Amino acid sequence: MEVSRAKQVADLDLGGVVNADQYLTFMLNGEEYGVDILRVLEIKGWSPATKIPNTPDYIRGVMNLRGAIVPIIDLRQRFALPAIEYTATTVVIVLKVRNEGVERTIGFVVDAVSDVYKVSADHFRAAPDFGSHVDTDFIRALATVEEKMIILLDIDRLLSTEQFDMTATAH
Amino acid sequence: MSIDIAQFHPVFFEESFEGLEVMEAGLIDLEVGRPDIEAVNAIFRAAHSIKGGSGTFGFGAISDFTHLLETLLDEMRSGARQVTREAVDVLLLAVDSLRAMLDAARSATDFDAQAVAEVHHKLEEQLHHGAAPDSVAATGDAVVAKGNVNNNPWHIEFTPEPHLFATGNDPVRILRELQRLGPYSAELDLSRLPDYALYDAEICYSAWRITLAGSVDETVIREVFEWVEDDAKITLSREPPTTLAMLDTTAASEGLSAVPATDDRRRNDRRQTDRRQGEGQSTAAASIRVDISKVDSLINLVGELVITQSMLGQFNDDSQPRNFAKLREGLAQLERNTRELQESVMRIRMLPISVSFNRFPRLVRDLSAKLGKQVELKISGEQTELDKTVLEKIGDPLVHLVRNALDHGIERPAQRAAAGKPNFGTLSLAARHEGGNIVIEIVDDGAGINTDVLLAKARERNIVGAEETMSEEAIRDLIFHPGFSTAKEISAVSGRGVGMDVVRRNIKELGGIIELESTVAVGTTIRIRLPLTLAILDGQLVRVGNQTYIVPLVSIIESLQATPDRVKSVTGSAELYRLRGEYIPIIRLYELFGIEPHSTVLKEGLLVVVEGEGRRAGIFVDELLGQQQVVVKSLETNYRKVDGISGATILGDGTVAMIIDAGGVIELVRNRQSSSSTEDHSQAA
Repeated sequence: MEVSRAKQVADLDLGGVVNADQYLTFMLNGEEYGVDILRVLEIKGWSPATKIPNTPDYIRGVMNLRGAIVPIIDLRQRFALPAIEYTATTVVIVLKVRNEGVERTIGFVVDAVSDVYKVSADHFRAAPDFGSHVDTDFIRALATVEEKMIILLDIDRLLSTEQFDMTATAH
Repeated sequence: MSIDIAQFHPVFFEESFEGLEVMEAGLIDLEVGRPDIEAVNAIFRAAHSIKGGSGTFGFGAISDFTHLLETLLDEMRSGARQVTREAVDVLLLAVDSLRAMLDAARSATDFDAQAVAEVHHKLEEQLHHGAAPDSVAATGDAVVAKGNVNNNPWHIEFTPEPHLFATGNDPVRILRELQRLGPYSAELDLSRLPDYALYDAEICYSAWRITLAGSVDETVIREVFEWVEDDAKITLSREPPTTLAMLDTTAASEGLSAVPATDDRRRNDRRQTDRRQGEGQSTAAASIRVDISKVDSLINLVGELVITQSMLGQFNDDSQPRNFAKLREGLAQLERNTRELQESVMRIRMLPISVSFNRFPRLVRDLSAKLGKQVELKISGEQTELDKTVLEKIGDPLVHLVRNALDHGIERPAQRAAAGKPNFGTLSLAARHEGGNIVIEIVDDGAGINTDVLLAKARERNIVGAEETMSEEAIRDLIFHPGFSTAKEISAVSGRGVGMDVVRRNIKELGGIIELESTVAVGTTIRIRLPLTLAILDGQLVRVGNQTYIVPLVSIIESLQATPDRVKSVTGSAELYRLRGEYIPIIRLYELFGIEPHSTVLKEGLLVVVEGEGRRAGIFVDELLGQQQVVVKSLETNYRKVDGISGATILGDGTVAMIIDAGGVIELVRNRQSSSSTEDHSQAA
C-alpha cells in the first residue's frame, strides 16, 4: 500500500502536478541535509545567543525572535561533527518542532542554506544501518536529487532526547 | 446550507458553566422557607438556558436532566412548592451532576451515569413527593412525564403569540416538521381573527390543534417547538393521562397551557439582562472576557501611538538640529504611550478575585455541615483584580487554607459555647491591594494554634530536638514543615496534614509570601501577599563575565563589596561570608553557570545578598548595571525549565537575558555540594 501511494505521488509528479513534498536543504560539513519546508519559519543570520547555564554544548543559547525566546542548537555539535568558526554564510534555520504534543520553535545553526527541492516519496531510500555508534534515529530517509545525496531529517526525532523533556531538570 | 454547529460548542460550554455558577451561588443564598423570588427566577433562567442550549447542540442527556431541574425550580418560582433545605440540597447535587455531565461532554468522555441516575432519581422523588400541600400539580392532563409507554395519539395545541412573525419563526415550517414525525392531522383555529378592518398582516392570529399518532417521544415534539416555546402557548397531552404532572399554578388554572404567556416576554427581557450580568462573572477559562471599556482604551492608545509614529516619521526627511527639541518631545510622548499601552494590556489579564472566592460559600456550607459546625462566611474585597495566571494558581492553596480553618480552627458549637463564644464561628476572606501587592487574608475566630501542642508534636516526630528552644513564631512556622499535622485525628476534610508545606511552596512559586498569626482561643489569621502580576518584575541587572543576568529586586536584600577578612572557608571548598553575625554562603555564579569569568577576586566585584526559600546567600557578580522593569518570558515555551533560572527577558538592545531564581540557585549549590561530598566519601571508602 505504501508502494502504491508512492507510485501515485510519482505519477502525479510526472504529470506536472505538484504533489511531492518540498525540502529546504542546507550544508553541514560538506553534506547536504533536508528538512520539510513547511516546518521552516524563517532563516536568519547568526548573531550571538545568550547562554543557558548548565546545558550541553550543542545548545548555543537562546535568541530573541520577535519577542519569543528561542533556543539555538548547533547542528554540527549535535551530530558530533568537527566545530568550525562561524562565517558569513552561517545561518540559523528556525523550525517548528513537535514533540509529544508540544510544539516548539527552535533555531538550528548550519553552515549554509543550499536549495529547495521537490522530492517524491519513491525517491526515498532507507538509511543503512551504520551500527550502534552512529545515531540514525533522526534520519528519515536518504534521497537522490540531481545526482546528489540528500539526508532528510526527521526534526521531531532530533529533539526526542531527555534534553527537551519538560519534566526533567538539568543537573 | 449547513452550519458546523460544533463551532458553537465552546461558547455553549462557557455559558453553561457560567449558568451553573449562577445557579450554585443562587441556591446557596436561597433562604429556606421564604425565598427571594428574583433569586429563584435567576436560577430558573440559568437552568432554562442550559436546557435550551444542550437540546440545540444535541446533548440529550443534559437537556433531559435539566428539564427535571427546571420543573422543580418552576414550581418554586410560582410558589407552588416550598423551598426546603432538602430540595436545595438535591438541587445543589443536581448542579454538581450537570457540571460533571457538561465536563464529560466537553472532553467527549463518559460521565458517571450511575451517579447521575441517582441524582436524577432524587430529583424525581422531590418532584413527586416533595410538593407542598397548596400545590395544584395534580390536575393531570398537562405535561406527560417522559419515559412512560403510551401510544395514544398526542393532542398538541399550538397557539402562537401575536408577535410570532416578528421573531422570524414560521409556523408552517413547524407544522411540516411535525408531519414528518407520524400520522398527523391539524385543525386551524381562526377564532382570534379580527374584523377585516382591524386585520394586521404582521400579527399571527391563527392557532392549531394537531393530532399526532404513533409512538413519538415528548421530547421529540418539544424539540420541534424549541425555537418558539417562549413565543407560543404549547400544550401537549395524551389520553388517557398516565403520570401525575408537575405544573405551576397559572398553567393549571389555564387548563392546558404549559407556559403562561404574559410571563414570557418578561422572561425574555430578563434573560437578556441576565446574560449581561453574567459577563462579569466569567470563569478563568482559556479565554478571557474583557470589559469593552478596557478594549476601547486600548484602541485609543494605539491611535495615539500611530499619531506619535507619524510625528516622529517627519524627522526622517528633515533631520535638522533645530528639530531636535521636537524630536525629544516626540520620543517622550512615545515613551508615555508605550507605558500606558503596557498598563492597559496588563489590565486585560486582570480578573476580579471573586472568580476564585465564588466557590467558597458552597465549600463552607458543605464542609461545616459535614463537620457539624456552624460557620458564617464573610467575603470582602472580591472585586480586587489580579492577574489571571496568579488567580488560577491561588485557587487550590486558598481551598486548602479554608478547609484547614474549618477543620482545625473553628470549634464545634458546644466547645464554642463553653469558651463563651457565639455558636456561629466566623470565617472571613478578604482581599485588597497594598502597594503593588495583593493581600488575601483568611481569618477565623476559632481555637487558634496552641504552640505547646505544636512543639510537643514536633519533638515527638523528631522535627525539633528535645532540648531545642524556639520562639513562638518559629514554633508556629513548624506548621509549614512537610508532613506535619496537628489534627488530633486524621479527618477526610483536611487530610493527613501534607499540605501547608505545599501551600507555602505554591505561594512562593507565585513570588508571594504567607504569614501566620494566631492567638489561642481567639483565632488565626493567615495573610498571603502576592505580586499583582507574574508577567512583569522589577529587576536588578548584573554582569557576570560577558553575560547579563537579572536578579528580581524582591529577592535582593542588599549589595555590598566583600571585605577579604570576612570570607571564611569551610573544609576548603565552601566559602562563607560573615554578614552581621550570620554566615552566608558565597555563590560564584561563573562557576555555577560555567561562564568565562571577568575576575575571580572577590573584592573586585560585588556580593548581591539574596534570599530564596528562607535561605540567604551572596551571589558574586562583576558589576551592578542598573534597575529596570522586565517582561518575564518563559523558557519552557520553546525549551524547558532550567535550574536556577526562572525565565528570560529581552533587554533594550534586543538581546536575551536570563532571570535568576534566587531560591533555585541556592538549591543548585547545595545539591552540587552534597553530591560532591558523597563522591568524596565513596572515593575515601
